[in-house]
Amino acid sequence: MSACVWGGMDIQFFIELFFGGLTRGSIYALIALGYTLVYGIIGLINFAHGEVYMLGAFTALLVAGVLGVYGFPAGGILVVAALAAVVWCAAYGYTLEKVAYKPLRGAPRLSPLISAIGMSIFLQNYVLLAQTSDFVPFPNLLPPMDFLEYIDYVMGPSDFLILLVSTIAMVSLSLFIRFTRMGKAMRATAQNRKMALLLGINADRIISLTFIIGSALAALGGVLIASHMGQVNFGIGFLAGLKAFTAAVLGGIGSIPGAMVGGLVLGLAESFTTGYFSGNYEDMLAFGILILILVFRPDGILGKATVEKV
Amino acid sequence: MLDQRNDDSMGNGSSTTRKTYAMLELCHVDTYYGNIQALRDISLSIEEGEIVTLIGANGAGKSTTLMTICGINRPRRGEILWYGKPIHHLPPHEVVSLGISQVPEGRLIFPDLSVSENLDLGAFLRHDPTGVRNDLDYVFSLFPILAERRRQAGGTLSGGEQQMLAISRALMARPKLLLLDEPSLGLAPIIIQQIFAIIEKVNADGTTVFLVEQNANQALRIAAHGYVMENGRIVMRDTAERLLQSEEVRTAYLGM
Ligand SMILES: Nc1ncnc2c1ncn2[C@@H]1O[C@H](COP(=O)(O)OP(=O)(O)OP(=O)(O)O)[C@@H](O)[C@H]1O
Ligand SMILES: [Mg+2]
Repeated sequence: MSACVWGGMDIQFFIELFFGGLTRGSIYALIALGYTLVYGIIGLINFAHGEVYMLGAFTALLVAGVLGVYGFPAGGILVVAALAAVVWCAAYGYTLEKVAYKPLRGAPRLSPLISAIGMSIFLQNYVLLAQTSDFVPFPNLLPPMDFLEYIDYVMGPSDFLILLVSTIAMVSLSLFIRFTRMGKAMRATAQNRKMALLLGINADRIISLTFIIGSALAALGGVLIASHMGQVNFGIGFLAGLKAFTAAVLGGIGSIPGAMVGGLVLGLAESFTTGYFSGNYEDMLAFGILILILVFRPDGILGKATVEKV
Repeated sequence: MLDQRNDDSMGNGSSTTRKTYAMLELCHVDTYYGNIQALRDISLSIEEGEIVTLIGANGAGKSTTLMTICGINRPRRGEILWYGKPIHHLPPHEVVSLGISQVPEGRLIFPDLSVSENLDLGAFLRHDPTGVRNDLDYVFSLFPILAERRRQAGGTLSGGEQQMLAISRALMARPKLLLLDEPSLGLAPIIIQQIFAIIEKVNADGTTVFLVEQNANQALRIAAHGYVMENGRIVMRDTAERLLQSEEVRTAYLGM
């Protein structure tokens, strides 16, 4: 075997790992945004957030199943199922805040955290009982994408869909936060809640909006991953949630670009570790990173040195 | 003079006996932080068109008074009336929508938002783009420096510029009543002069002003009426002119 071929193989493998990392990182980023948005506004780590992602995947599965029975075309089913998941999870996120967090506003910081963990356990078990503990197959609803023919070693239709949809979602979110009236109000509330109130911004609404947006993004992530893996399970939210939380902390919790960068960096790091070393270290890597960040640079990559919380 | 009341009717807290209502009236207001009482039986009133000032030493309860008016702190007892209508149970955003804007102590500029964005948020509750654009021109005419800095992050402005931005942001709501909490705090004398001149101009242009100050001399010079606060109570109330001449005020607050 000549050195040249080795070199060629190497580059190809590298590119494969790179795009694999981006794909996975995009999903982490979508979920991480929910952690970071909520933390930015109310200073709470919403530990039930990973379950929203799982719920998104299951909602899409159920809706797709029903539509399948009525013989809708596959591509259409996926779009409708994804929309249904997003809407359902947004409503769920809204309710979660009202039920589990709002009554505890002003309580010691540990209380809402315990409430969050409680909601997380409740949801996992709810889906476990309502569905099953097995992995449930998720139908392949993606249309063939002929234009991917030449790069199919790098990316299949589901990878392409993940990159496309998550890019659109993240760009839209950035534009929303930057330019719209409510986006500005969200940033103002994150920077100084009292002043936001004095300008007539209804903080309760901003908090609800934050949960709605975060949950919608996580649901989108859940649908994308389900169609990518071809299966779902009640437990997938736990690990994904923890990793996305790691990504949010890595990028700087509270920072929106930070969550995006953190997600991508973590995805790439995992992909390369798995490719060049061993898949056994994948999860250890994420939590190793989490611990190192918390110890040495708790503000993350893009976080500011002083995060003021009122 | 806009003020046509006789002075003994000021803030007597009996809104029911009067035929015309004051713009804003506090009647026997008590506010607490937990178990600590910060306001004790506060009664005061502000007539439309006036500049009214509230002076007092550190910790007297001046900021608490403003925050209670704005619905950030809730009074445990007493009433706050806006043209005779109780408003002390309203959430802050509804108080703002009545036409009450506050420039809080310490300015509270959003540091990571640009000057323009800070001003946009001042007009958060408004839905008249033309009016908002006119008011933007108005505040830029008051403080031309802000027009130059519009793209700069609020946190990078100097203290004086931040105070100008805070006042402008409040004016962008086109308030009927402007509450100012120690606008002269920490500023150079020349900037203080400028800020006080602007407060008078804003008032002359039709905005009623409630001015909290430790700089009693300056405040009493531009105000029609004044209240003096000590340990959570109103201890004196009179025309600004008479307060300026009063022996107690001169020794306690004017250092004379
Ligand atoms: N958030 C709070 N929690 C507990 N006590 C408070 C709080 N804010 C103010 N206080 C207390 O209430 C009293 C009145 O405070 P306030 O800030 O209204 O005074 P002030 O007249 O504005 O003083 P300064 O001139 O220093 O701004 C003080 O004794 C203060 O310690
Ligand atoms: Mg004060």
